[in-house]
Amino acid sequence: MIRVENLIKTFGPKRAVDGVSFAVERGEVLGFLGPNGAGKSTSMRMITGFIPPTSGTVFVGGFDMIENPLPAKRLIGYLPENAPAYADMTVSGFLGFVAELRGLRGEDKKKAVHRAVEMCFLEGVLHQSIDTLSKGYRHRTCFAQSIIHDPEILVLDEPTDGLDPNQKFEVRNLIRRMGEKKAIIFSTHILEEVEAVCSRAIIIDRGKIVANGTPQELKARSDFAGAVSLRVLGINSDIVKAKLGQIPNARKAAIVKEDSTCVWARVYPQGSSKNGELARNVGEVSAKEGWKMEELHTEEGRLDEVFRTITLPDTAKEGAQ
Amino acid sequence: MRSWANIQTIAKRELAGYFASPVAFVFIVLFLFLMGFFTFMIGFLLERREASLYWFFYWHPWLYLLLVPATGMRLWSEERRLGTMELLLTMPITAWQAIVGKFLASWAFLALALVLTFPAIITVNYLGHPDNGIIFCGYVGSFLLAGAYLAISCLTSAMTRNQVISFIISVVICLLFLLAGFPPVTNLFTSWAPNWLVETVAACSVYPHFEDFQKGVLDLRDLIFFLSIIGFSLFTTGVIIRNLRSGH
Repeated sequence: MIRVENLIKTFGPKRAVDGVSFAVERGEVLGFLGPNGAGKSTSMRMITGFIPPTSGTVFVGGFDMIENPLPAKRLIGYLPENAPAYADMTVSGFLGFVAELRGLRGEDKKKAVHRAVEMCFLEGVLHQSIDTLSKGYRHRTCFAQSIIHDPEILVLDEPTDGLDPNQKFEVRNLIRRMGEKKAIIFSTHILEEVEAVCSRAIIIDRGKIVANGTPQELKARSDFAGAVSLRVLGINSDIVKAKLGQIPNARKAAIVKEDSTCVWARVYPQGSSKNGELARNVGEVSAKEGWKMEELHTEEGRLDEVFRTITLPDTAKEGAQ
Repeated sequence: MRSWANIQTIAKRELAGYFASPVAFVFIVLFLFLMGFFTFMIGFLLERREASLYWFFYWHPWLYLLLVPATGMRLWSEERRLGTMELLLTMPITAWQAIVGKFLASWAFLALALVLTFPAIITVNYLGHPDNGIIFCGYVGSFLLAGAYLAISCLTSAMTRNQVISFIISVVICLLFLLAGFPPVTNLFTSWAPNWLVETVAACSVYPHFEDFQKGVLDLRDLIFFLSIIGFSLFTTGVIIRNLRSGH
Protein backbone atom coordinates (compact mmCIF):
# COMPACT_ATOMS: atom_id res chain seq x y z
CA MET A 1 0.00 0.00 0.00
CA ILE A 2 2.83 2.37 0.82
CA ARG A 3 6.10 2.21 -1.04
CA VAL A 4 8.86 4.66 -0.21
CA GLU A 5 11.97 4.71 -2.35
CA ASN A 6 15.22 6.41 -1.55
CA LEU A 7 13.56 9.31 0.21
CA ILE A 8 15.83 12.29 0.86
CA LYS A 9 15.03 15.59 2.54
CA THR A 10 17.59 18.30 3.15
CA PHE A 11 16.98 21.44 5.18
CA GLY A 12 19.79 23.78 4.21
CA PRO A 13 23.02 21.89 4.83
CA LYS A 14 21.34 19.32 7.05
CA ARG A 15 20.07 15.99 5.73
CA ALA A 16 17.05 15.22 7.86
CA VAL A 17 16.14 12.10 5.92
CA ASP A 18 18.84 10.34 4.00
CA GLY A 19 17.84 7.60 1.58
CA VAL A 20 14.96 5.91 3.36
CA SER A 21 13.25 3.03 1.51
CA PHE A 22 10.60 0.64 2.78
CA ALA A 23 7.18 -0.75 2.01
CA VAL A 24 4.10 -1.42 4.08
CA GLU A 25 1.33 -3.80 3.00
CA ARG A 26 -2.26 -4.20 4.13
CA GLY A 27 -2.43 -6.07 7.44
CA GLU A 28 0.89 -4.71 8.62
CA VAL A 29 1.55 -2.38 11.52
CA LEU A 30 4.91 -0.76 11.06
CA GLY A 31 6.56 0.83 14.08
CA PHE A 32 8.82 3.76 13.36
CA LEU A 33 11.48 4.11 16.05
CA GLY A 34 14.34 6.45 16.55
CA PRO A 35 15.81 9.06 18.84
CA ASN A 36 14.49 12.62 18.77
CA GLY A 37 15.42 14.41 15.58
CA ALA A 38 16.17 11.19 13.73
CA GLY A 39 13.84 12.12 10.88
CA LYS A 40 10.70 10.21 11.86
CA SER A 41 8.30 13.14 11.63
CA THR A 42 9.95 14.47 8.49
CA SER A 43 9.54 11.08 6.84
CA MET A 44 5.88 10.93 7.84
CA ARG A 45 5.27 14.43 6.54
CA MET A 46 6.66 13.40 3.19
CA ILE A 47 4.58 10.22 3.10
CA THR A 48 1.40 12.17 3.83
CA GLY A 49 2.25 14.83 1.26
CA PHE A 50 2.67 17.76 3.63
CA ILE A 51 6.23 18.45 2.54
CA PRO A 52 7.76 17.51 -0.78
CA PRO A 53 10.89 15.33 -0.67
CA THR A 54 14.17 16.72 -1.99
CA SER A 55 14.40 13.51 -3.99
CA GLY A 56 12.94 10.03 -3.96
CA THR A 57 9.40 8.80 -4.44
CA VAL A 58 6.38 8.00 -2.31
CA PHE A 59 3.71 5.70 -3.71
CA VAL A 60 0.46 5.42 -1.82
CA GLY A 61 -1.92 2.76 -3.07
CA GLY A 62 -0.26 3.01 -6.49
CA PHE A 63 -0.54 6.81 -6.69
CA ASP A 64 2.55 8.98 -6.74
CA MET A 65 2.24 11.43 -3.85
CA ILE A 66 4.17 14.13 -5.69
CA GLU A 67 2.65 13.78 -9.16
CA ASN A 68 -0.87 12.89 -8.16
CA PRO A 69 -1.42 13.93 -4.53
CA LEU A 70 -5.22 14.10 -4.26
CA PRO A 71 -6.11 10.43 -4.83
CA ALA A 72 -3.10 9.45 -2.70
CA LYS A 73 -4.20 11.71 0.14
CA ARG A 74 -7.74 10.33 0.01
CA LEU A 75 -6.41 6.91 1.05
CA ILE A 76 -4.53 8.20 4.07
CA GLY A 77 -5.64 9.12 7.55
CA TYR A 78 -3.02 11.19 9.32
CA LEU A 79 -2.44 12.09 12.93
CA PRO A 80 0.30 14.74 12.96
CA GLU A 81 2.71 15.17 15.85
CA ASN A 82 1.20 17.01 18.86
CA ALA A 83 -2.33 16.34 17.54
CA PRO A 84 -3.21 19.79 16.19
CA ALA A 85 -6.88 20.81 16.07
CA TYR A 86 -8.82 24.04 15.64
CA ALA A 87 -9.06 25.34 19.19
CA ASP A 88 -12.20 27.42 18.60
CA MET A 89 -14.30 24.53 17.30
CA THR A 90 -16.33 21.96 19.18
CA VAL A 91 -15.35 18.31 18.87
CA SER A 92 -18.38 17.49 16.73
CA GLY A 93 -17.90 20.61 14.61
CA PHE A 94 -14.28 19.73 13.99
CA LEU A 95 -15.02 16.12 13.07
CA GLY A 96 -17.84 17.25 10.79
CA PHE A 97 -15.49 19.68 9.07
CA VAL A 98 -12.90 16.98 8.44
CA ALA A 99 -15.61 14.58 7.24
CA GLU A 100 -16.73 17.19 4.69
CA LEU A 101 -13.19 17.71 3.46
CA ARG A 102 -13.06 13.94 3.05
CA GLY A 103 -16.05 14.25 0.75
CA LEU A 104 -18.67 12.89 3.16
CA ARG A 105 -22.05 14.60 3.18
CA GLY A 106 -25.44 14.26 4.85
CA GLU A 107 -26.17 10.84 6.32
CA ASP A 108 -22.72 9.46 5.47
CA LYS A 109 -21.09 12.29 7.32
CA LYS A 110 -23.26 11.78 10.38
CA LYS A 111 -22.50 8.07 10.43
CA ALA A 112 -18.77 8.63 9.99
CA VAL A 113 -18.62 11.14 12.84
CA HIS A 114 -20.65 8.84 15.06
CA ARG A 115 -18.39 5.88 14.32
CA ALA A 116 -15.18 7.81 14.99
CA VAL A 117 -16.61 9.28 18.19
CA GLU A 118 -17.53 5.84 19.43
CA MET A 119 -14.17 4.31 18.59
CA CYS A 120 -12.29 7.09 20.37
CA PHE A 121 -14.64 7.41 23.37
CA LEU A 122 -15.50 11.06 22.77
CA GLU A 123 -19.24 10.96 23.53
CA GLY A 124 -18.80 12.94 26.72
CA VAL A 125 -17.08 15.94 25.14
CA LEU A 126 -18.87 16.08 21.80
CA HIS A 127 -20.15 19.62 22.23
CA GLN A 128 -17.21 20.97 24.15
CA SER A 129 -14.86 23.44 22.55
CA ILE A 130 -11.48 21.89 21.77
CA ASP A 131 -9.42 24.42 23.72
CA THR A 132 -11.20 23.39 26.93
CA LEU A 133 -10.27 19.72 26.50
CA SER A 134 -7.57 17.92 28.45
CA LYS A 135 -4.56 16.76 26.50
CA GLY A 136 -5.79 13.18 26.32
CA TYR A 137 -9.15 14.17 24.88
CA ARG A 138 -7.59 16.57 22.43
CA HIS A 139 -5.28 13.83 21.28
CA ARG A 140 -8.16 11.42 20.82
CA THR A 141 -10.14 14.06 18.94
CA CYS A 142 -7.32 14.39 16.45
CA PHE A 143 -7.02 10.62 16.31
CA ALA A 144 -10.74 10.38 15.56
CA GLN A 145 -10.20 12.85 12.74
CA SER A 146 -7.64 10.52 11.15
CA ILE A 147 -9.99 7.51 11.04
CA ILE A 148 -13.16 9.37 10.12
CA HIS A 149 -13.22 8.19 6.49
CA ASP A 150 -12.17 4.65 7.44
CA PRO A 151 -8.94 5.00 5.46
CA GLU A 152 -6.98 2.09 4.08
CA ILE A 153 -3.78 3.64 5.32
CA LEU A 154 -3.08 5.25 8.67
CA VAL A 155 -0.04 7.35 9.45
CA LEU A 156 0.18 8.14 13.14
CA ASP A 157 2.90 10.34 14.58
CA GLU A 158 3.22 9.42 18.26
CA PRO A 159 -0.40 8.40 18.73
CA THR A 160 -0.04 7.61 22.45
CA ASP A 161 1.96 10.68 23.41
CA GLY A 162 0.43 12.43 26.42
CA LEU A 163 -2.16 9.77 27.18
CA ASP A 164 -2.58 8.13 30.57
CA PRO A 165 -1.85 4.38 30.86
CA ASN A 166 -5.50 3.39 30.36
CA GLN A 167 -5.86 5.54 27.29
CA LYS A 168 -2.56 4.22 25.94
CA PHE A 169 -3.88 0.71 26.36
CA GLU A 170 -7.09 1.58 24.51
CA VAL A 171 -5.30 3.30 21.64
CA ARG A 172 -2.88 0.39 21.26
CA ASN A 173 -5.77 -2.04 21.08
CA LEU A 174 -7.42 0.18 18.52
CA ILE A 175 -4.29 0.28 16.37
CA ARG A 176 -3.81 -3.47 16.60
CA ARG A 177 -7.43 -4.13 15.69
CA MET A 178 -7.36 -1.76 12.74
CA GLY A 179 -4.00 -3.12 11.65
CA GLU A 180 -5.67 -6.36 10.61
CA LYS A 181 -7.35 -4.67 7.65
CA LYS A 182 -5.27 -1.57 7.06
CA ALA A 183 -1.68 -0.59 6.46
CA ILE A 184 -0.48 1.40 9.46
CA ILE A 185 2.70 3.33 10.14
CA PHE A 186 3.18 4.79 13.57
CA SER A 187 6.07 6.39 15.36
CA THR A 188 6.77 6.11 19.05
CA HIS A 189 9.39 6.47 21.72
CA ILE A 190 7.88 3.72 23.82
CA LEU A 191 9.51 0.42 23.06
CA GLU A 192 6.96 -1.80 24.81
CA GLU A 193 4.44 -0.34 22.43
CA VAL A 194 6.36 -1.74 19.49
CA GLU A 195 6.29 -5.21 20.98
CA ALA A 196 2.63 -4.90 21.86
CA VAL A 197 1.36 -3.56 18.55
CA CYS A 198 3.77 -3.83 15.62
CA SER A 199 4.18 -6.60 13.15
CA ARG A 200 7.38 -4.96 11.98
CA ALA A 201 9.64 -2.20 13.22
CA ILE A 202 12.09 0.17 11.60
CA ILE A 203 14.74 1.95 13.59
CA ILE A 204 15.86 5.19 12.04
CA ASP A 205 18.84 7.20 13.18
CA ARG A 206 20.08 10.48 11.74
CA GLY A 207 17.97 10.05 8.65
CA LYS A 208 18.96 6.49 7.84
CA ILE A 209 17.26 3.17 8.47
CA VAL A 210 19.56 1.21 10.76
CA ALA A 211 17.32 -1.77 11.47
CA ASN A 212 14.23 -3.29 9.87
CA GLY A 213 12.54 -6.45 11.10
CA THR A 214 9.89 -8.02 13.31
CA PRO A 215 10.16 -7.10 16.99
CA GLN A 216 11.37 -10.67 17.62
CA GLU A 217 14.11 -10.36 15.02
CA LEU A 218 15.22 -7.06 16.48
CA LYS A 219 15.24 -8.44 19.98
CA ALA A 220 17.32 -11.39 18.82
CA ARG A 221 20.07 -8.90 17.97
CA SER A 222 20.32 -8.10 21.64
CA ASP A 223 23.25 -9.29 23.67
CA PHE A 224 20.75 -10.79 26.11
CA ALA A 225 18.92 -12.85 23.51
CA GLY A 226 19.04 -16.50 24.49
CA ALA A 227 20.86 -15.80 27.76
CA VAL A 228 19.70 -17.70 30.84
CA SER A 229 19.08 -15.85 34.08
CA LEU A 230 18.87 -17.66 37.38
CA ARG A 231 18.58 -17.00 41.11
CA VAL A 232 20.15 -19.36 43.60
CA LEU A 233 19.65 -19.35 47.38
CA GLY A 234 22.45 -19.45 49.94
CA ILE A 235 25.65 -20.09 48.03
CA ASN A 236 28.89 -18.30 47.26
CA SER A 237 28.79 -16.31 44.01
CA ASP A 238 32.30 -17.39 42.94
CA ILE A 239 31.28 -21.02 42.93
CA VAL A 240 28.18 -20.23 40.87
CA LYS A 241 30.20 -18.29 38.34
CA ALA A 242 32.87 -20.97 38.03
CA LYS A 243 30.42 -23.84 37.62
CA LEU A 244 28.28 -22.00 35.10
CA GLY A 245 31.34 -20.97 33.11
CA GLN A 246 32.16 -24.64 32.58
CA ILE A 247 28.93 -25.35 30.68
CA PRO A 248 30.09 -26.34 27.17
CA ASN A 249 27.79 -24.06 25.14
CA ALA A 250 28.14 -21.05 27.45
CA ARG A 251 30.16 -18.11 26.17
CA LYS A 252 30.46 -16.54 29.58
CA ALA A 253 28.79 -16.45 32.95
CA ALA A 254 28.29 -13.31 34.99
CA ILE A 255 26.99 -12.45 38.42
CA VAL A 256 24.27 -9.81 38.03
CA LYS A 257 23.95 -9.07 41.73
CA GLU A 258 24.02 -10.74 45.11
CA ASP A 259 22.82 -10.09 48.62
CA SER A 260 23.15 -11.94 51.92
CA THR A 261 20.80 -14.73 50.87
CA CYS A 262 20.66 -14.95 47.05
CA VAL A 263 22.83 -14.80 43.96
CA TRP A 264 21.51 -13.58 40.62
CA ALA A 265 23.55 -14.88 37.68
CA ARG A 266 23.33 -14.83 33.90
CA VAL A 267 24.84 -17.23 31.36
CA TYR A 268 25.35 -16.09 27.76
CA PRO A 269 25.13 -18.65 24.97
CA GLN A 270 27.93 -19.63 22.62
CA GLY A 271 26.95 -18.62 19.07
CA SER A 272 23.33 -19.36 18.35
CA SER A 273 22.43 -22.10 20.76
CA LYS A 274 19.11 -23.81 20.31
CA ASN A 275 16.26 -22.36 22.26
CA GLY A 276 16.07 -23.86 25.73
CA GLU A 277 19.22 -25.92 25.42
CA LEU A 278 21.29 -23.62 27.60
CA ALA A 279 18.57 -23.46 30.22
CA ARG A 280 18.48 -27.27 30.36
CA ASN A 281 22.24 -27.36 30.80
CA VAL A 282 22.08 -24.83 33.59
CA GLY A 283 19.35 -26.92 35.22
CA GLU A 284 21.53 -30.04 35.04
CA VAL A 285 24.49 -28.25 36.63
CA SER A 286 22.24 -26.97 39.38
CA ALA A 287 20.83 -30.44 40.05
CA LYS A 288 24.31 -31.98 40.14
CA GLU A 289 25.60 -29.35 42.55
CA GLY A 290 22.46 -29.44 44.68
CA TRP A 291 21.78 -25.67 44.37
CA LYS A 292 18.53 -24.28 45.74
CA MET A 293 17.31 -22.73 42.47
CA GLU A 294 14.54 -20.14 42.95
CA GLU A 295 14.23 -18.85 39.42
CA LEU A 296 15.38 -19.83 35.94
CA HIS A 297 14.41 -18.38 32.61
CA THR A 298 15.68 -17.75 29.09
CA GLU A 299 15.87 -14.08 28.08
CA GLU A 300 14.19 -13.05 24.84
CA GLY A 301 16.42 -10.09 24.38
CA ARG A 302 15.49 -6.52 25.09
CA LEU A 303 14.43 -3.99 22.53
CA ASP A 304 15.66 -1.01 24.52
CA GLU A 305 19.11 -2.50 24.62
CA VAL A 306 19.09 -3.13 20.86
CA PHE A 307 17.83 0.39 20.32
CA ARG A 308 20.64 1.83 22.41
CA THR A 309 23.40 -0.22 20.85
CA ILE A 310 22.20 0.70 17.36
CA THR A 311 21.62 4.39 17.88
CA LEU A 312 23.91 5.39 20.72
CA PRO A 313 27.47 4.80 19.47
CA ASP A 314 27.02 7.08 16.48
CA THR A 315 25.42 9.82 18.55
CA ALA A 316 28.26 9.59 21.07
CA LYS A 317 30.79 9.85 18.27
CA GLU A 318 29.15 12.94 16.93
CA GLY A 319 29.16 14.52 20.37
CA ALA A 320 32.90 13.92 20.67
CA GLN A 321 33.69 15.66 17.41
CA MET B 1 -17.69 20.23 -8.51
CA ARG B 2 -15.47 18.87 -5.82
CA SER B 3 -13.08 21.82 -5.65
CA TRP B 4 -15.93 24.26 -5.12
CA ALA B 5 -17.33 22.01 -2.40
CA ASN B 6 -13.94 22.04 -0.67
CA ILE B 7 -13.72 25.83 -0.91
CA GLN B 8 -17.19 26.09 0.60
CA THR B 9 -16.34 23.74 3.46
CA ILE B 10 -13.22 25.73 4.32
CA ALA B 11 -15.00 29.07 3.99
CA LYS B 12 -17.85 27.86 6.19
CA ARG B 13 -15.46 26.79 8.93
CA GLU B 14 -13.52 30.03 8.74
CA LEU B 15 -16.65 32.14 8.90
CA ALA B 16 -17.98 30.11 11.83
CA GLY B 17 -14.60 30.70 13.45
CA TYR B 18 -15.26 34.45 13.51
CA PHE B 19 -18.54 33.99 15.30
CA ALA B 20 -17.31 31.30 17.69
CA SER B 21 -15.92 34.05 19.89
CA PRO B 22 -17.20 37.53 20.76
CA VAL B 23 -14.48 38.96 18.51
CA ALA B 24 -16.80 39.10 15.52
CA PHE B 25 -19.42 41.06 17.41
CA VAL B 26 -16.89 43.40 18.96
CA PHE B 27 -15.44 43.96 15.52
CA ILE B 28 -18.77 44.71 13.87
CA VAL B 29 -19.87 47.06 16.64
CA LEU B 30 -16.55 48.90 16.49
CA PHE B 31 -16.68 49.02 12.70
CA LEU B 32 -20.16 50.53 12.69
CA PHE B 33 -19.35 52.94 15.47
CA LEU B 34 -16.23 54.23 13.73
CA MET B 35 -18.03 54.49 10.40
CA GLY B 36 -20.75 56.54 12.05
CA PHE B 37 -18.34 58.66 14.01
CA PHE B 38 -16.21 59.58 11.01
CA THR B 39 -19.17 60.16 8.74
CA PHE B 40 -21.26 62.30 11.01
CA MET B 41 -18.89 63.81 13.58
CA ILE B 42 -15.79 64.37 11.45
CA GLY B 43 -17.31 64.35 7.97
CA PHE B 44 -20.26 66.55 9.07
CA LEU B 45 -22.55 64.64 6.74
CA LEU B 46 -25.68 66.29 8.12
CA GLU B 47 -24.35 69.84 8.30
CA ARG B 48 -23.26 69.72 4.67
CA ARG B 49 -26.87 69.42 3.53
CA GLU B 50 -25.80 67.18 0.64
CA ALA B 51 -27.89 64.17 -0.27
CA SER B 52 -24.91 61.86 -0.91
CA LEU B 53 -22.70 59.42 0.93
CA TYR B 54 -19.49 60.95 -0.40
CA TRP B 55 -18.27 61.75 3.09
CA PHE B 56 -19.27 58.33 4.28
CA PHE B 57 -17.10 56.57 1.69
CA TYR B 58 -14.38 59.18 2.03
CA TRP B 59 -13.10 57.59 5.25
CA HIS B 60 -13.24 53.97 4.15
CA PRO B 61 -9.63 53.66 2.88
CA TRP B 62 -8.41 54.97 6.24
CA LEU B 63 -10.70 52.95 8.44
CA TYR B 64 -9.98 49.78 6.50
CA LEU B 65 -6.31 50.39 7.05
CA LEU B 66 -6.73 49.16 10.63
CA LEU B 67 -9.90 47.11 10.50
CA VAL B 68 -9.14 44.87 7.53
CA PRO B 69 -5.70 43.69 8.68
CA ALA B 70 -7.32 42.96 12.05
CA THR B 71 -9.71 40.63 10.25
CA GLY B 72 -7.11 38.97 8.07
CA MET B 73 -4.15 38.68 10.41
CA ARG B 74 -5.13 35.31 11.81
CA LEU B 75 -5.95 33.57 8.52
CA TRP B 76 -2.69 31.68 8.10
CA SER B 77 -0.62 32.68 11.11
CA GLU B 78 -3.11 30.92 13.37
CA GLU B 79 -2.93 27.79 11.23
CA ARG B 80 0.83 27.86 11.54
CA ARG B 81 0.80 28.50 15.27
CA LEU B 82 -1.67 25.72 16.05
CA GLY B 83 -0.07 23.31 13.59
CA THR B 84 -3.42 22.79 11.90
CA MET B 85 -1.85 23.79 8.60
CA GLU B 86 -0.31 20.34 8.51
CA LEU B 87 -3.73 18.81 9.04
CA LEU B 88 -5.39 21.01 6.45
CA LEU B 89 -2.81 20.49 3.73
CA THR B 90 -2.70 16.72 4.11
CA MET B 91 -6.43 16.57 3.40
CA PRO B 92 -7.40 15.70 -0.18
CA ILE B 93 -7.60 19.36 -1.16
CA THR B 94 -5.22 21.70 -2.95
CA ALA B 95 -3.52 24.60 -1.21
CA TRP B 96 -5.43 26.85 -3.64
CA GLN B 97 -8.77 25.72 -2.37
CA ALA B 98 -7.67 26.45 1.18
CA ILE B 99 -6.34 29.91 0.29
CA VAL B 100 -9.41 30.91 -1.69
CA GLY B 101 -11.81 29.45 0.86
CA LYS B 102 -10.22 31.35 3.71
CA PHE B 103 -10.06 34.56 1.73
CA LEU B 104 -13.70 34.36 0.66
CA ALA B 105 -14.83 33.72 4.22
CA SER B 106 -13.10 36.83 5.53
CA TRP B 107 -14.30 38.86 2.59
CA ALA B 108 -17.85 37.73 3.28
CA PHE B 109 -17.41 38.75 6.90
CA LEU B 110 -16.29 42.23 5.86
CA ALA B 111 -19.18 42.38 3.39
CA LEU B 112 -21.55 41.64 6.24
CA ALA B 113 -20.09 44.46 8.31
CA LEU B 114 -20.42 46.74 5.29
CA VAL B 115 -24.03 45.74 4.67
CA LEU B 116 -24.82 46.63 8.26
CA THR B 117 -24.04 50.27 7.47
CA PHE B 118 -27.38 50.40 5.61
CA PRO B 119 -28.84 52.95 8.07
CA ALA B 120 -26.60 55.49 6.35
CA ILE B 121 -28.45 54.89 3.08
CA ILE B 122 -31.79 55.15 4.82
CA THR B 123 -30.71 58.39 6.49
CA VAL B 124 -29.75 60.18 3.29
CA ASN B 125 -32.79 58.84 1.45
CA TYR B 126 -35.03 60.04 4.26
CA LEU B 127 -33.49 63.48 4.37
CA GLY B 128 -33.14 64.08 0.66
CA HIS B 129 -33.00 62.58 -2.80
CA PRO B 130 -29.54 61.11 -3.32
CA ASP B 131 -28.44 59.31 -6.47
CA ASN B 132 -28.66 55.71 -5.29
CA GLY B 133 -26.63 54.56 -8.30
CA ILE B 134 -23.66 56.50 -6.96
CA ILE B 135 -24.20 55.03 -3.53
CA PHE B 136 -24.30 51.54 -5.02
CA CYS B 137 -21.06 52.27 -6.87
CA GLY B 138 -19.50 53.46 -3.65
CA TYR B 139 -20.42 50.22 -1.94
CA VAL B 140 -18.96 48.17 -4.79
CA GLY B 141 -15.73 50.19 -4.58
CA SER B 142 -15.61 49.86 -0.81
CA PHE B 143 -16.12 46.11 -1.05
CA LEU B 144 -13.32 45.77 -3.62
CA LEU B 145 -11.02 47.96 -1.55
CA ALA B 146 -11.65 45.78 1.49
CA GLY B 147 -10.88 42.74 -0.65
CA ALA B 148 -7.58 44.21 -1.82
CA TYR B 149 -6.48 45.06 1.73
CA LEU B 150 -7.65 41.67 2.89
CA ALA B 151 -5.65 39.80 0.25
CA ILE B 152 -2.56 41.73 1.39
CA SER B 153 -3.29 40.75 5.01
CA CYS B 154 -3.72 37.17 3.89
CA LEU B 155 -0.26 37.32 2.33
CA THR B 156 1.39 38.79 5.42
CA SER B 157 -0.34 36.31 7.71
CA ALA B 158 1.24 33.46 5.75
CA MET B 159 4.68 35.00 6.35
CA THR B 160 4.66 34.63 10.12
CA ARG B 161 3.07 32.63 12.92
CA ASN B 162 2.76 35.81 14.98
CA GLN B 163 -0.52 37.65 14.46
CA VAL B 164 0.82 40.98 15.72
CA ILE B 165 3.69 40.99 13.25
CA SER B 166 1.32 39.96 10.51
CA PHE B 167 -0.99 42.86 11.43
CA ILE B 168 1.76 45.48 11.48
CA ILE B 169 3.34 44.42 8.19
CA SER B 170 0.01 44.40 6.45
CA VAL B 171 -0.94 47.85 7.81
CA VAL B 172 2.35 49.21 6.46
CA ILE B 173 1.89 47.66 3.03
CA CYS B 174 -1.71 48.85 2.79
CA LEU B 175 -0.61 52.32 3.87
CA LEU B 176 1.98 52.38 1.09
CA PHE B 177 -0.67 51.42 -1.43
CA LEU B 178 -2.90 54.16 -0.09
CA LEU B 179 -0.30 56.92 0.05
CA ALA B 180 1.42 56.10 -3.24
CA GLY B 181 -0.73 58.61 -5.10
CA PHE B 182 -0.46 61.47 -2.62
CA PRO B 183 1.96 64.36 -3.26
CA PRO B 184 4.22 63.75 -0.20
CA VAL B 185 5.06 60.32 -1.56
CA THR B 186 5.23 61.23 -5.24
CA ASN B 187 7.45 64.22 -4.35
CA LEU B 188 9.99 61.74 -2.99
CA PHE B 189 10.31 60.42 -6.52
CA THR B 190 9.91 63.49 -8.72
CA SER B 191 13.32 64.93 -7.86
CA TRP B 192 15.29 61.97 -9.18
CA ALA B 193 13.06 59.47 -10.91
CA PRO B 194 11.87 59.66 -14.51
CA ASN B 195 8.34 60.77 -15.04
CA TRP B 196 7.03 57.38 -16.07
CA LEU B 197 8.20 55.86 -12.79
CA VAL B 198 6.48 58.56 -10.77
CA GLU B 199 3.30 57.95 -12.69
CA THR B 200 3.60 54.19 -12.31
CA VAL B 201 3.97 54.53 -8.55
CA ALA B 202 1.08 56.96 -8.41
CA ALA B 203 -1.04 54.61 -10.51
CA CYS B 204 -0.48 51.86 -7.96
CA SER B 205 -2.26 53.87 -5.33
CA VAL B 206 -5.64 52.51 -4.34
CA TYR B 207 -6.99 55.98 -3.70
CA PRO B 208 -7.71 57.28 -7.24
CA HIS B 209 -9.25 53.93 -8.17
CA PHE B 210 -11.46 54.02 -5.14
CA GLU B 211 -12.35 57.65 -5.79
CA ASP B 212 -13.79 56.73 -9.19
CA PHE B 213 -16.25 54.38 -7.53
CA GLN B 214 -17.00 57.01 -4.94
CA LYS B 215 -17.96 59.43 -7.69
CA GLY B 216 -20.19 56.83 -9.26
CA VAL B 217 -17.88 55.90 -12.12
CA LEU B 218 -17.80 52.18 -12.85
CA ASP B 219 -14.59 51.84 -14.81
CA LEU B 220 -13.39 48.42 -15.92
CA ARG B 221 -9.80 49.53 -15.27
CA ASP B 222 -10.57 50.17 -11.61
CA LEU B 223 -12.19 46.78 -11.32
CA ILE B 224 -9.16 45.14 -12.92
CA PHE B 225 -6.88 47.09 -10.62
CA PHE B 226 -8.48 45.76 -7.44
CA LEU B 227 -8.90 42.25 -8.78
CA SER B 228 -5.25 42.11 -9.81
CA ILE B 229 -4.12 43.16 -6.33
CA ILE B 230 -6.29 40.37 -4.93
CA GLY B 231 -5.06 37.88 -7.50
CA PHE B 232 -1.42 38.78 -7.07
CA SER B 233 -1.57 38.69 -3.26
CA LEU B 234 -3.33 35.34 -3.16
CA PHE B 235 -0.90 33.93 -5.68
CA THR B 236 2.02 35.12 -3.53
CA THR B 237 0.34 33.58 -0.50
CA GLY B 238 0.37 30.29 -2.39
CA VAL B 239 4.07 30.69 -3.16
CA ILE B 240 4.87 31.44 0.48
CA ILE B 241 2.95 28.41 1.67
CA ARG B 242 4.65 26.20 -0.90
CA ASN B 243 8.04 27.44 0.25
CA LEU B 244 7.13 26.89 3.88
CA ARG B 245 6.29 23.30 3.09
CA SER B 246 9.47 22.58 1.22
CA GLY B 247 11.41 24.08 4.12
CA HIS B 248 13.32 26.85 2.37
